[in-house]
Amino acid sequence: MNKIKEFFNRYSHVVMLAPFVICFTLFIIIPVIIAIGLSFTQYNAVTSPVFVGLKNYINIFSQDIDFMRDILPNTIEYALIVGPGGYILSFLLAWILAQLTKGPRTMLAVIIYSPSITAGVTVAVVWSVLFSGDRAGYLNSLLLRFGVIQSPQLWLTSPAYLMTIIIIVALWSSMGVGFLAMLSGILNVDPEMYEAAAIDGIHNRLQEVYYITIPMIKPQMLFGAVMSIVNTFSSAGLGVQLSGSNPTPMNAGQLLANHIDDYGFLRYEMGYASALSVVLLGIMWIFSKLAYRLFGEKD
Amino acid sequence: MTRKRPVLINPSKFEWSQLKFYFILIPLALFMVLPILYMFFSAFKPMDELFAYPPRFITTRPTFINFRKLLAATGTTNTPVTVYLFNSIVISIIVMVLTILFGTSAAYTLSKRQFRGKGLLFKINTLTLMFVPTTVSIPRYIVISKLGLLDNFWSQILPLLAMPVGLFLLKQFIDQLPDAVIEAARIDGATEYGILFRIVIPMIRPAVSTVAMLVFQNVWTNVEASRNYINRESLKTFAFYMSALTSSTGNSVAGQGMAAAASLIMFVPVFLLFIIMQSRVMNTMSYSGIK
Repeated sequence: MNKIKEFFNRYSHVVMLAPFVICFTLFIIIPVIIAIGLSFTQYNAVTSPVFVGLKNYINIFSQDIDFMRDILPNTIEYALIVGPGGYILSFLLAWILAQLTKGPRTMLAVIIYSPSITAGVTVAVVWSVLFSGDRAGYLNSLLLRFGVIQSPQLWLTSPAYLMTIIIIVALWSSMGVGFLAMLSGILNVDPEMYEAAAIDGIHNRLQEVYYITIPMIKPQMLFGAVMSIVNTFSSAGLGVQLSGSNPTPMNAGQLLANHIDDYGFLRYEMGYASALSVVLLGIMWIFSKLAYRLFGEKD
Repeated sequence: MTRKRPVLINPSKFEWSQLKFYFILIPLALFMVLPILYMFFSAFKPMDELFAYPPRFITTRPTFINFRKLLAATGTTNTPVTVYLFNSIVISIIVMVLTILFGTSAAYTLSKRQFRGKGLLFKINTLTLMFVPTTVSIPRYIVISKLGLLDNFWSQILPLLAMPVGLFLLKQFIDQLPDAVIEAARIDGATEYGILFRIVIPMIRPAVSTVAMLVFQNVWTNVEASRNYINRESLKTFAFYMSALTSSTGNSVAGQGMAAAASLIMFVPVFLLFIIMQSRVMNTMSYSGIK
């Protein structure tokens, strides 16, 4: 008994780290390694994987018509608008909120944050009714009443609108933890900084934001940027949830994440799906590198 | 002589110049809140109002019928909804407790102890902050099946315990604690475990509540684990039940009221938790910066 106690006290750092590190390794590190490994194979989840070299990657960029024609452009469009767009929006909102007194600020911040806690499924339930295709849909009914449209539009199944709707909904739910981090960062900037800056000749709010606020909250800006990458790519299932089908109508709302699900869980081409996952991980990694380049401290 | 400019950030009282910000924020907040209000009202609408034309936003005759129907409903294999709810609650509690336990002990060790590989470990964790689990759902499935956890209750718990953001926020917060406090406890003969439970955790309560909130949000709404790893209906979660409900009965008359009621059950606990915790959350977030 005493031996065990001694062991626990002597190697306490190992004991205290182990549970987290084990879970972290099992469910994050190893899956990423397996994904990379499987991406060089052909694997249908039943027979054992067959090594095929770079074939999957070559196929992604040369054979997969859906990928080059629809999915890559869609993903880039979606990622650029919801990622940097949502990020800039959440910084602006945080900055504006910081100009208000505490009571209204807290209330508005709670309202702006709350969409981000609606679960994926909930988002689909709510928005699919607002955009419902019959005349009882809220948007249709509103537009019909004001004579903007003559007949009800099938918002969610029409290729022309689906992407725009996905982007609106994703932006709606993008003011999450990163937004709160930036808000609290802005509120914590030492007021003397602004006073000193005013004496040194800064005379408008834009300069104040550019020369004081942003440099002072760089670490929070970086955290916010990383969180907005996470948010962008984890809400990428919206198209399928809203339109109710995978692939989405004419691939209009099809993003890389949906494409992976399509190949992995519907067609059981795990090797190919893994190669797609690696491409997606690569895209996310490039985005975060960019964020670190912009806001990281040079070491 | 330079005129001293008033500090405009975080003002203590209302001034007319702030009005322009309200002009921007109020319409925007309305846009943000309308879908949520819609969910709220729909959950309490009687059947005829749900499908009234023109659609009515606010319910005039609130009723609990949708909730009653939801609770009386059963899943595909006659599993009562209460079973799903029970599973969700149990899973959420276990994941919250374990994440906090594993997270604080790892964060404390990374923050205040000296050992080899410490810097590297934290760097890897920071790198994986941007990790989105769905990108590797296939390899995760393979890991779960190799561990023999398929169709096992724990497969809905273990994968969620690895939460880089949680560790990160906790560690950043513990970094702020003065070393002297911990040194003093050590001199008084406290073990590392004693220090963690009696000193560190009580001192970082804001960060612990924030992480608990984020974890809860994550678990309560998680559909993947039930969908991918579990076959037995009686082990699945409420979030899963809801996603099944909306995809099968999405547009049927009976389904919509129930879906709205279910959405509300998904949303309200997370929302209330945030409201209760919001000042602690803001406190934690001020240490969230990545350097």
